Order: sequence, then structure tokens, then C-alpha cells
Amino acid sequence: MIEVEGLTKYYGRLAAVKDVNFRVESGDIVGFLGPNGAGKTTTMRILTCYSPASSGEARILDMDVRTHSMEIRSKIGYVPENVPQYMWMRVRGYLEFVARAKGIPGARRASEIDRVARSTGIDKVMGRLIQALSKGYRQRVGLAQALIGDPPILILDEPTIGLDPKQIREIRELIKGFARDRTVILSTHILPEVSQICDRVIIINKGTIVAEDSPSNLTKSHRKSSRSRIVARGPVDEVRSALAGVRGVLSVEPRGEPGDDKVTFVVDADTNIDVRSDLSRTVVGKGWDLLELAPVDVSLEDVFIDLVTEEADEVPVMDHEGGKEAAL
Amino acid sequence: MRGWYAVFQKELLNFFASPIAYAVIGSFLLIAGFFFWANVTFMSLISLQASNAPMLMQRINLTDVVVRPLIQNMSVILLFVIPLLTMRLFAEEKKVGTIELLLTYPVTDSGVIMGKFSAATLLLLIMLLGTGPFLILLTGLGIPDPGPIIGGYLGLFLMGAAFISLGMFFSSLTENQIVAAAFSFGAALLFWVLNWTGTFASETLAAILRQLSILEHLETFNKGILSLSDITFFLLFIAFFLFLTSRSLETNRWRG
Repeated sequence: MIEVEGLTKYYGRLAAVKDVNFRVESGDIVGFLGPNGAGKTTTMRILTCYSPASSGEARILDMDVRTHSMEIRSKIGYVPENVPQYMWMRVRGYLEFVARAKGIPGARRASEIDRVARSTGIDKVMGRLIQALSKGYRQRVGLAQALIGDPPILILDEPTIGLDPKQIREIRELIKGFARDRTVILSTHILPEVSQICDRVIIINKGTIVAEDSPSNLTKSHRKSSRSRIVARGPVDEVRSALAGVRGVLSVEPRGEPGDDKVTFVVDADTNIDVRSDLSRTVVGKGWDLLELAPVDVSLEDVFIDLVTEEADEVPVMDHEGGKEAAL
Repeated sequence: MRGWYAVFQKELLNFFASPIAYAVIGSFLLIAGFFFWANVTFMSLISLQASNAPMLMQRINLTDVVVRPLIQNMSVILLFVIPLLTMRLFAEEKKVGTIELLLTYPVTDSGVIMGKFSAATLLLLIMLLGTGPFLILLTGLGIPDPGPIIGGYLGLFLMGAAFISLGMFFSSLTENQIVAAAFSFGAALLFWVLNWTGTFASETLAAILRQLSILEHLETFNKGILSLSDITFFLLFIAFFLFLTSRSLETNRWRG
């Protein structure tokens, strides 16, 4: 279990992380989202005992990161951003070093290395130099070193950054596999990844947490309107005004280039009213062809952009007011 | 010092997996070999010239003409080559980012520092042992006095270890290996020549600077005298810069 209370970290005068609070239960897979410079890596560095916090508390398995650093380090597998590695080492030599550094007894070392090599699919490249491996394999080696010692907690900072789509899928599957009996915190920029892997999402922006919930709850709670996509064959302006006249419709926006008399609109409507039947009736009633009518879900990406932009929007307002106060 | 052995093995492997160890040891032995050859040739020359003067002949001995100058020359070579050994110890890890991973393993900072220090010190020992054949060859010419040899080599080892601790500290301050090497060499040279100020500094200042000078403390070893104060000087020098390295790592963590 990971508990973070009032965590703050200053670099000089700049607060990289400000009064951050969250809790991750054992066995959870939590996605840590945020734009670049939001404070994700700083938080992860504090949790992995690499960097101390300026104030606040972080407890892992009921141990404080400041007072039980060594015990916590042996319970954590960490993959930093860009997976730094000793390129001149061979994979087996590197994993042997990690096993020794993690205090795995000599008698168990070889079997432990073989176990993680098999589970990450690097058993065929154990004799190769790390610098000769593809990025996907280096990422696997990064995961393998984190898994040595079978730590109950994995902290992964952008584990799929810079990989091609096939490698991303492979690494994602690996993470899913390891996460079954572990607590995992992973930061990423790839939002569908969070929806696919994570039980919960923490969105951090400018050093503070702006949202924390399951991906489905987040998308539900941020659904300000129900959205539908409608494709019909008819005159653009008339179809648009007819759709706008349906009860509960808030806005009708055209999408894409019209062609063959086909017009596409995205209709936002009141969440309390299901307008789809009225929309279809309106189009058919007017004698136009209804080619497609489908609900459009709010994606996690929409929520993310929404939250991050809201924050950004709020700042100038505060500055503006502050400016006015100062002027007064 | 938890985890020092893992770090020690990794560093040793790094030295020998790359051309660093071979280049540094090779250069050191080549230049030391050159000085040995020059000293022996010089000795045979002056022995030949002094063969008709028994008084002069008595004053020519292997220790004064070959061993002592050789040890002094080796100390100067070490001044140049040790920054090349130490420059990458932390700077490379900081640049590549592996320091972040290393410091999140259950390894103490002192374990990391001692692992790196002992690997570089072992390389220094290998370098010094590499000059062993010179001394064996010397026995063909006569039996040199063992005192200055033992003292001289112990002095070289302690001085080399002191330069390693100094170099490690500068390597921990930067990501740039060239900068680390330049500062290490500059600082080592400064500690080397501090006693030269004796001719123009005030008496008190000159005495202090003389005590801080490496050359001053090395002299007694070369005479074959093992002085506790000189040994303590080098041990304190090493401990001080290892301590500064640990403070530097701690500062890095706060900045991390």
C-alpha cells in the first residue's frame, strides 16, 4: 500500500510538487497522468527514495520513505524514464549486478535471473551487449531489472515512451501480466494505455492532483452533455436547423467535408434526455435518408485535456484579478 | 557500506570491458619503463666514468641513481593518469542517468562510493605491481636497498589513492568527464606544489601549506622512512574527499 500526504518538493523556489495526497491500495494498478513538467517524475523519485521531499509524508507498506529507505528500496522495482542502462554490459552481467545490488543470495541468483529473463522474454538475448539490443528489448531488460527480487511494488515512469506500436503492445501485455499480484504505479502519455491497464487514474498538473478516480468514473463525471454522431443525406443548412430544433439538443456542429449530399453532424444534447429517437424521426420525417446515428463516448483524452485546460484557463483569470487588485 | 561489492565488481568490469584500463595501465608502464631504461643507462654511464675514481664509485648506488628517481618519476606520471581513471566514475552515470537507478537499489551511498573507490584503487595497485619486473631486472645489477623501495611504493600507493578520492569528488560534481578530469588534475597539481610557496609566503602560511602539500609528505616515503604523520596525512586526505563525495551525492539527491 502506498500513502502520500501533503507531499511537497521545491527545486529552489519552484514547487515541482505541491501538497499532493493520494493512496494506492495493494494490488491496484494506478495510472499517473499529466503533461510534461507536471510533477510525475518528481513524485516517483520521492516514492523510490531517490530524492527526498521538502515536506509531507510518503509511506510505502506502512514504512516512511525517509526513515526506512533501505527496506523500501528492496520492496520496489523501478523503471525510470528512458530506461538508463549500462550499455557496455551484457544482459546477463547486468542482471547479475542488479541481483547482487539487491542482495539476492548467490545460491538463488542464477535461478532468479532466469526467472525474470523468461517472464520478460529476454532469455534469448542474455549474452548480448545491451547497446546492441533494440529499444523494445532494452525496455524489457529495464523491466527485468525491476522484477529481480520479486518486489511487491512496481513504479514505471513512461515505460512505453519511444517504442513502435508493436513494441508498445508487447510491453503493455507484459505489464498487465506482472501487475496481477503487484501494486503498480505507471506514468504515461498514452491515454488509451491507462484505460486498458489501470484500475485508477491520478491526473496531476502543475504539481497538484486535479483528479483521481477509475477511468470509467472519470469519463462519466466529465460528460457534460451526451454526444451523438449523425450522418444523413440532405441539404446541409436545412438538416442542421432541423436537428437544432429537436428538444434537448444543445448544439449541432458539422464534421468533415460534405459529399454526395451526405452531411455529418455531431450533436450535443442534455444528458437527461435521450434525443436519438427524436433525431432519427426528424430526419426521416423530413424525407431525408438517415445513414448513421451513433453515440460518441467521452474519452479519457477529453477528460485529460479538459482538466489540464481548465487549470490553464483558471490561472490567467486569477492573474487578471490579482492584477486588478494590485491596480486598485 | 551495503552493496559495495556489487558496485566494485561492476566498476572493475567497466574498466576492463572498455579500453580505459588497458590504455591507462599501458601508458603508465610505457613511460615508467622509459624512465627506468634512462636511469639504468645513466647509471652505467656514470659508473663507467667513475671506474677510475674509487671515492666517487662508492657514492654511486642503485637506490640513489635508479630507484628514487624512478619512484619520483612514477609519482608525476600518476598525477597525469589518475584523473583519466576517475573522471568517468560518477560523471558518466550522471550523464546516462544510471545513477538514478543505482541509488534506488538497496545500496547505501557509502557502498556506492567505496565500491567505485576500491575498484579504482585496485587498478592503481595493478599499475604499480606492473613495474615489479623493473625491480627484478635491477637485481641483475646489484641488490638495491629495500627501505626506499618499500617506502617509495607505499607512498606512491597512498598518493594514488588520495588522487583517486580527489578525482571521484570532482567526477561527482559534473556530468562532463572532461571537466571532471580537468578539475581533478588542476587540484592534484595544486596540492602537489603547495610547498613551493615556502620561499615567498609568510612563515605561518608556508608551514600550513607545506603540511598540505603532497610532495612534502611523499619525500619521507622516498627516503625509506615510514612516518605515522605522513601516513595519517594521506589517510585523512582520502577520508576527507570521500566524505565530500558523499555530501555531493546527497546534494544530487536533493536536486534530483
